[in-house]
Amino acid sequence: MSALPRRRWLLAVGSLAVGALAIAGCTSNTPEPSTPTDAGDSTDGGGLIGGNDEPGDTVTIGFSAPAADHGWMGAITKAALAEADSFSDVELVQAEATNDVNLQISQIEQFINDGVDAIVLLPFDGAALTEVALEAMRAGIVVVNVDREFDDPNAARATILGDNYGMGVSAGRYICERLAGKADAKVAEIAGIDSLPLTQDRSQGFADALGECGIEVANRVAADFTVQGGETAAANLLQAAPQLDAIWNHDDDQGVGVLAAIEAAGRDEFFMVGGAGSANVMRSIQADDTVLEATVIYPSTQAADGIRLARLLVQDKALSDLVEVEVPRKIQLYAPVVTKDNVEQYLPTAFES
Amino acid sequence: MSEPTVPTAAGLPAPELPAEREGAATRARPRALRGAAGRNLGLVVALVAICVVGVVTGGERFASVDNLLTILRLASILGVLSIGMTFVITAGGIDLSVGSVLGLASVWASTLATQAIAEDFHWIVMVATALLVGTGAGLVNGVLVAYGRVVPFIATLAMMAAARGLAEMIANRRTQVVNVRGFLDFFRGDLIGIPMLIWIFAVVAVVGWVLLNRTTYGRRTVAVGGNAEAARLAGINVRRHVMSLYALAGLTAGIGGVMMLGRTTAGSSTNGTLYELDAIAAVVVGGTLLIGGRGTIVGTVFGVLIFTTLTNVFTQNNLSISAQAVAKGVIIVVAVLLQQRIAERSRAVAT
Repeated sequence: MSALPRRRWLLAVGSLAVGALAIAGCTSNTPEPSTPTDAGDSTDGGGLIGGNDEPGDTVTIGFSAPAADHGWMGAITKAALAEADSFSDVELVQAEATNDVNLQISQIEQFINDGVDAIVLLPFDGAALTEVALEAMRAGIVVVNVDREFDDPNAARATILGDNYGMGVSAGRYICERLAGKADAKVAEIAGIDSLPLTQDRSQGFADALGECGIEVANRVAADFTVQGGETAAANLLQAAPQLDAIWNHDDDQGVGVLAAIEAAGRDEFFMVGGAGSANVMRSIQADDTVLEATVIYPSTQAADGIRLARLLVQDKALSDLVEVEVPRKIQLYAPVVTKDNVEQYLPTAFES
Repeated sequence: MSEPTVPTAAGLPAPELPAEREGAATRARPRALRGAAGRNLGLVVALVAICVVGVVTGGERFASVDNLLTILRLASILGVLSIGMTFVITAGGIDLSVGSVLGLASVWASTLATQAIAEDFHWIVMVATALLVGTGAGLVNGVLVAYGRVVPFIATLAMMAAARGLAEMIANRRTQVVNVRGFLDFFRGDLIGIPMLIWIFAVVAVVGWVLLNRTTYGRRTVAVGGNAEAARLAGINVRRHVMSLYALAGLTAGIGGVMMLGRTTAGSSTNGTLYELDAIAAVVVGGTLLIGGRGTIVGTVFGVLIFTTLTNVFTQNNLSISAQAVAKGVIIVVAVLLQQRIAERSRAVAT
């Protein structure tokens, strides 16, 4: 009686297994070997020879970052891992990437329990992770804060962050220059996740820079850094604004969706400026075949630099290019505009999304 | 207030309705007990297995008091949500809004206005705000489900979206840092060496257990989940009862909001994102039937501990992020299969 069901079972399991194998074969995402533009690889190239890079005492670094749910965040983690790998004296302990502050707090608690030498932390929410970072500092662990700042300056020994306000300013100034003299210019903005302070800073910078040349943001929508979100937001925006002169999109990863929506709507009366600086976008700027003609860089190598700073701090070394004998408390990165003219210079450190 | 007048409802041994239905009356009790023990045994085996992996791979680092407290602190918020979820699911419902309601409660309780009143009066104002907001949102769910006849999945899905949106509006999408010293001292403090959050989880779990297993309210919950029509005929006011269950789940979300404020010192509209799914997973892995009629608080607590211990072991072993996610999915399925298998076996032995 049980023979038939059993055979059916076997059949079902067998076909599932075959199907799984077939599907597994299709998961390969390895690109054709081409130009090495990987963010991780390229960072080692620029490293100094000798001096600070001489192996020292082994440093155990705990690393925690939000979930890699968009290209930039994925690049952050990838670059950090590659950077840690390039040092024989760095042992990296990586925590599960999460957008749940509760879980991220417990990861830092685990690092404290484990007695790591340093923690490189890109918090999902700077304010929420401040207390546990203070705890780590009190336990004598070097905390390096990346990108999203803590509430309390004492919660980190060193902070490395991008310039979100500056990003908005760079994008705004570029658009001002391009639209110089044009009366009633219509400028739209597609922001990232609106609840993040970084988005608010970018928008503020953008509005301030545009204000200098007398332009106001005519339409503003917010997406969520994902391709899907970018597509939805842009499609709605294009419906709402029948005529535009320029669009600033905060994030190149969601920009893939934004461009898809623009193409679907068949619009090309405006030009677009991106943000973050993905390799895709830079190649497209180089090729000059879409409305996208510039992007503002938000370095995806911050966490990699955080790993370097943590290593230097634990090994009591200085930043060799500064006269100062201690690693600075705060390093803010610059947000340059990439156009067709200077794209060559930035393409090597761009991230693949 | 009063015992149900019809004996069938009053006589149900609380969480074991289906077992009792199938069996002869005389054998029902021992069989039911063995079933419960069997189900929990599966969970204990799973938890012990994870702990063994933790000890083997992490040694001292895993098996330390500090690490244990880290696991429990992480478990506490999800645990409280899951207790409320257990009641709703036992009664055959579902609540997808608890994560959003937690976020809303944490935001509402940490607005500048609430904090100002709390400074002037007492930090208990913040707690009361969060609990009221949670219960209020739960009541709305309950009214929609019980009296509006909206399917629970849809009613709470709507609340999930609306509560998150309202939280964003109130917080203006910013993070609200809590500066009320008394509140932080209390919820970030210890009581005889054990963090307050863990105490809250323990108290909620014990109260939940008593409520489900030792009171008329609990028996009614099981009866409604087993067969709502029979429960109604047995004299239970099913609608009012269902409404109160969603309010209860909202209350636990409010408590979760307070705990989140204590843990992160900040109210944010992103707090508790996707917690509803973690809570449902923990409840179901724990052995509560998704179709209702059987619920177990002990199982839920185990379910929560399995997930959080797992996360802890993963972090300890420095596994790659994506491998962790895959492993988590596999382990959920294995845990459920294992638990079902053992439950079946113990039932077979009993007959």
